Amino acid sequence: MNKEPILVVKDLKQHFKVNRKFTVKAVDGISFEIYPGETYGLVGESGSGKSTTGRSIIRLYEPTAGNIVFNGEDISGKMSKKALKNLRTNMQMIFQDPMACLNPRKKVLDIIGEGLDIHKSYSSLEERNEKIYEMLELVGLSREHASRYPHQFSGGQRQRIGIARALVMNPDLIIADEAISALDVSIQAQVVNLMKKIQKETNIAYLFIAHDLSMVKYISDRIGVLHLGHLVETGTAEEIFNNPLHPYTKSLLSAIPHPNPQVEKTRKSLTYNYSESGLDYEAGKQHKITETHYVLATDDELKDFLSHQNDMI
Amino acid sequence: MERERILKIRDLRISFKTDAGTVQAIRGVDFDLYQGETIAIVGESGSGKSVTTKAIMGILASNGQIDSGSIEYVWHDENTGERQERDIVKMSKDDIQKIIRGRKIAMVFQDPMTSLNPTMTIGKQIMEPMMYHYGKTKEEAYARAIELLQEVGITDAQKRMKNYPHQLSGGMRQRVVIAIALSCDPYVLICDEPTTALDVTIQAKILELIKELQVKKNISVIYITHDLGVVAKVADYVNVMYAGKIVEKGTIDDIFYDPRHPYTWGLLSSMPDLDTDDDELYTIPGSPPNLAHEVTGDAFAPRNQFALNIDLRVDPPMFDVPGSDSHQVASWLMHEKAPKVDMPESLKKRILKMKKEGLKNE
Ligand SMILES: Nc1ncnc2c1ncn2[C@@H]1O[C@H](COP(=O)(O)OP(=O)(O)O)[C@@H](O)[C@H]1O
Ligand SMILES: Nc1ncnc2c1ncn2[C@@H]1O[C@H](COP(=O)(O)OP(=O)(O)O)[C@@H](O)[C@H]1O
Ligand SMILES: [Mg+2]
Ligand SMILES: [Mg+2]
Repeated sequence: MNKEPILVVKDLKQHFKVNRKFTVKAVDGISFEIYPGETYGLVGESGSGKSTTGRSIIRLYEPTAGNIVFNGEDISGKMSKKALKNLRTNMQMIFQDPMACLNPRKKVLDIIGEGLDIHKSYSSLEERNEKIYEMLELVGLSREHASRYPHQFSGGQRQRIGIARALVMNPDLIIADEAISALDVSIQAQVVNLMKKIQKETNIAYLFIAHDLSMVKYISDRIGVLHLGHLVETGTAEEIFNNPLHPYTKSLLSAIPHPNPQVEKTRKSLTYNYSESGLDYEAGKQHKITETHYVLATDDELKDFLSHQNDMI
Repeated sequence: MERERILKIRDLRISFKTDAGTVQAIRGVDFDLYQGETIAIVGESGSGKSVTTKAIMGILASNGQIDSGSIEYVWHDENTGERQERDIVKMSKDDIQKIIRGRKIAMVFQDPMTSLNPTMTIGKQIMEPMMYHYGKTKEEAYARAIELLQEVGITDAQKRMKNYPHQLSGGMRQRVVIAIALSCDPYVLICDEPTTALDVTIQAKILELIKELQVKKNISVIYITHDLGVVAKVADYVNVMYAGKIVEKGTIDDIFYDPRHPYTWGLLSSMPDLDTDDDELYTIPGSPPNLAHEVTGDAFAPRNQFALNIDLRVDPPMFDVPGSDSHQVASWLMHEKAPKVDMPESLKKRILKMKKEGLKNE
């Protein structure tokens, strides 16, 4: 991939001041890029900073430090009108709980059309509605659904409405924060297939945030492993899963239950505890393993990681 | 060794009265649980897993009722060793509360916060049931509580006894809930999605803990989950549930290596394993039926690409898989006169690969 990235995140920090003495360093200096047509998976245990990362990028928060460049435009500081419009139309987010973010008193037609309405992205009502009907069909619903209310839909259908609402803006990047985690496996598969199909057609990029690692592996081109606000390892899906170097990545992978009883019955998961690991995330820097594979470590830590490269799974 | 059956459920039917009419949530469920064994009930949300286990515990919602069936429970009195047998369906709420719930059969729920009292210390919450059910003195209960906390892997137990639930992490809270469940030495532990709200790393530890305790104490476990990975890790026997019925049951190997029901095929296939790189995931089209409407024929038929004409009219009975005494399937495809239908090619490949990996492991 030698194109220009659609999103560049550089040394992003997002700290929350809880009180005078205490600050949560939810995201503490992370850097990565996402290219057009690419899916970047972000994984890590709860509290590791995944949602905060997504929310900072789409500017629900004011970043504490660092830069975010989207479509070639800096969106991390004070934004020009043009930059703001670029952000609000070309970047969209899908959340975990579709019900929580769908207004229950609005018809599906107006829920999906909300972004269009705010940005007046049409010249006639017919054009607007036609766009919405197209989206409904694209996500596997029908135009008859447009006049219904959210509570008349199943979880999987509501998630499709969330996707349609994001897609109708024709964005370049969608941030999907645990967008399928609450769905049943068979419905997850339907939604993931849909997301992949749309990507093929539109070359859209996804930041796919999830804790289900087998789904992340399946959908992602590259993966970032987040722990305590630090990206401890990044690489292609193959590199992360087949050649993990960081002990945190290894412990995450070892914990995935494989749907294979003969293997699973005897496997034990690895334990990892930062405070007992002797590692120092703050002192580490990103070491390049391959063109795409990086690991956070000090020089000594890296030597140690490499010497344990093969003793896993 | 002779397997001893301690729970025998037959033709269980449960319905709920709602504004939208009567919901037939459980439509004829049969299963058995044997001492020291683990069964899993697996199925998508709304299939009836939780309602089934709530019926066993006698804690159905007030708008629900058991329309028919039996839940026979067998145990040996801890003092006299005498064999006791009761049908939980016929017992009064009071009797269930006094004799069964918490004491003989204990439960661990998905969200530990719902089973813990936020205003009470951990210590008090572990000690109380022991004092209530077993008449232990405060000192005895305290000593046992410390032991239990250590058993579920909580370090500095003394200090933790004084903590309130919100002072603990999610994984730690679930360990406390397990400690409470074990405090009365139950014979059966029901775990309803015990790790769904937890991170994978913590999930793995909790599953390993439950397994270890089960072996040590020879208790029987019913696991409710939608996650086949979890099933593979913990279960000896599996019941696949769909729309209030069990559609396939068998040993763990029957279900994972020789699945017969198209719904089971769908469940197994739609979950990517770590090597799936197909362009598209296999999906089960459509969504489960609304049980407020009467179901005619096989409830899975509208989503089943292999459905036969008869599926639309008559609900299939349980067929024995030829040559097996453990494996049963509720599908007309199992009828001797039915056309022969094969599982999807991708699933066949996956199973072959799983078997190879399994052999490597031995
Ligand atoms: N608005 C906020 N104020 C204070 N702390 C926050 C806020 N949002 C998130 N945090 C904290 O930041 C950390 C990262 O949270 P989050 O990004 O939600 O993690 P994840 O999505 O990986 O579970 C957590 O410790 C969380 O409690
Ligand atoms: N109190 C209730 N009133 C009406 N319907 C209920 C009630 N409890 C459960 N149900 C219905 O019973 C069916 C089975 O639910 P449940 O056992 O909770 O499913 P799950 O397999 O997800 O645990 C669902 O259709 C659910 O909507
Ligand atoms: Mg989150
Ligand atoms: Mg349930």
